[in-house]
Amino acid sequence: MTDAASLDADGSVNGTGSGNGELRFDLRIIADMVTPGARVLDVGCGDGALLQYLAQTKSVDGRGIELSMAGVRAAVRRGVSVIQGNADTDLVDYPAGAFDYAILSQTIQAMQRPRDVLDQLLRVARYAIVSFPNFGFWKARWHLVSTGRMPMTTGLPDEWWATPNIHFCTIKDFVDLTRQMDIRIDRGVALNENGSVNRLSATGPWANLLSAQAVFLLTRVDGAQTDAGAAVR
Amino acid sequence: MPLDAPENKTLRVGEDRPIRLDSGLDLGPVTVAYQTIGQLNAERSNAVLVCHALTGDHFVAGVNPVTGKPGWWDALVGPGKVIDTRRFFVICANVLGGCMGTTGPRDINPETGQPWGLGFPVITIGDMVTVQARLLDALGIDQLFCVIGGSMGGMQVLEWAASHPSRVFTAVPIAASYRHSAQNIAFHEVGRQSIMADPDWRGGAYHEHGVIPHRGLAVARMTAHITYLSETALHRKFGRRLQDRDRVTYGFDADFQVESYLRHQGSTFVDRFDANSYLYITRAMDYFDLATEHGGKLANAFRDTRTRFCVISFSSDWLFPTVESRAIVQALNSVAANVSFVEVESDKGHDAFLLDEPEFHETLRGFLDGAARHRGLPASAEAAS
Repeated sequence: MTDAASLDADGSVNGTGSGNGELRFDLRIIADMVTPGARVLDVGCGDGALLQYLAQTKSVDGRGIELSMAGVRAAVRRGVSVIQGNADTDLVDYPAGAFDYAILSQTIQAMQRPRDVLDQLLRVARYAIVSFPNFGFWKARWHLVSTGRMPMTTGLPDEWWATPNIHFCTIKDFVDLTRQMDIRIDRGVALNENGSVNRLSATGPWANLLSAQAVFLLTRVDGAQTDAGAAVR
Repeated sequence: MPLDAPENKTLRVGEDRPIRLDSGLDLGPVTVAYQTIGQLNAERSNAVLVCHALTGDHFVAGVNPVTGKPGWWDALVGPGKVIDTRRFFVICANVLGGCMGTTGPRDINPETGQPWGLGFPVITIGDMVTVQARLLDALGIDQLFCVIGGSMGGMQVLEWAASHPSRVFTAVPIAASYRHSAQNIAFHEVGRQSIMADPDWRGGAYHEHGVIPHRGLAVARMTAHITYLSETALHRKFGRRLQDRDRVTYGFDADFQVESYLRHQGSTFVDRFDANSYLYITRAMDYFDLATEHGGKLANAFRDTRTRFCVISFSSDWLFPTVESRAIVQALNSVAANVSFVEVESDKGHDAFLLDEPEFHETLRGFLDGAARHRGLPASAEAAS
């Protein structure tokens, strides 16, 4: 994994790709979960690379929210519709069901109130796609055990006092939260450190130990089964 | 003459059918003074309407023939610039009630043979837009690629998007608001009272008396000018420096540079602007409230809109602060409209929209490029060749 989970020191701009066409690996997995022509909200969209890719390859109607001015400018320059704003506070402005998908890639661990944000994602959209670094990854565990210090890996490079990531979780923790919130996991993908997909069940015990990050497609348990859902399974 | 040289023209609208004003009165025919730059394409899809601010005019680019200085947005509008006149057909019209060629209180009331003065009907931002729409009808432009403007120009942009949504492909309100705040109305009232307190105002009939209320108008401009800047910008520019002297004079001469500057701003403004126009146009801004016009809910103004918005504010603007732009963005989000929003970091206050702010210009260029692709307009490079 090169920069898949990295956030800048200001905690906001994701390096989402190295230019047109070259998309960060986890973003390509997210993109695969989106059906063509869908309405998509990318929360913490960084420089807008994913939204641009989705617009070009799947004709989605995309919107972004981004905290950093640099990210917003870069995204607007790409022709992506993005507002400068804060996911912790600004999602409430959107009407319920305004989108088919709300994407939160490598951002949930930087949220003040991740549970509320998840709630909002599944209010404004039928599906949420959430990716996050897995703190249960064996290297993170080993780092803590062997050095007695907070884990820092290539994907989690910041010192504890500098990191924007204030709410780390393991895959197991995340799955527990979805159960508490009556959220159904329609699809889960576990990723290795180099960004490749591993074949482990993303919700099983081994993925929690052996995967550096995970991507989940979520919907409400009481949400109606939809075409969009069927298409991605 | 090069293809993209600005052309200044006038046109009469409302000859067959007068303009029905928001006040309920009819006005017409109305002369509209406007400038165009660039060429309208065969599909008539590349028109950009630039809306000017309170004391602006239609001389947006090139040399202003009245002042001899560059047009007020010459930094942004022209060949190869952010609003590239090699690809866009730019139109800017002097607003209704103005004093640079479009019908206003200085013109002759055909019924009396005298200048309108205070007999001119009170106009609104909506009325300004109605006149612009008539101009576009006459020019055969069905849909604008973009309506853009700062300050009062941004109010017109929002009014355009709300009242003629199908005619607006993109809307760019800059340093603007959906309604004039109490503080802004208060500042305008100070300006108006200052004009009306000048004995030379003569109840608005100063033209007939061969005078102009230059002192009142200058003070109005001085007050307003402060609101366009920021404390930081004022301090950087002038500090407490003295004007052509080493020590204070213990009198009321312009000891400080900032005083001298404001006096200069006031006196040059009097040469180019009509006092009654100032009263009417400030009133139009005060009356503007897009929320109240739509049942008290701003979002109603934009329901089902297909226009692509780009809302821009400046961090040190205390006349139209970012919170006002955020309210517009919130309303647009609540109807799931297509909106981009940027607050540009700047310490130059409200005036930043007129100044060289690279961050602002880059963002706007990106937005227009992206929107032009969606509209099927050729890219900048193609337009240039």
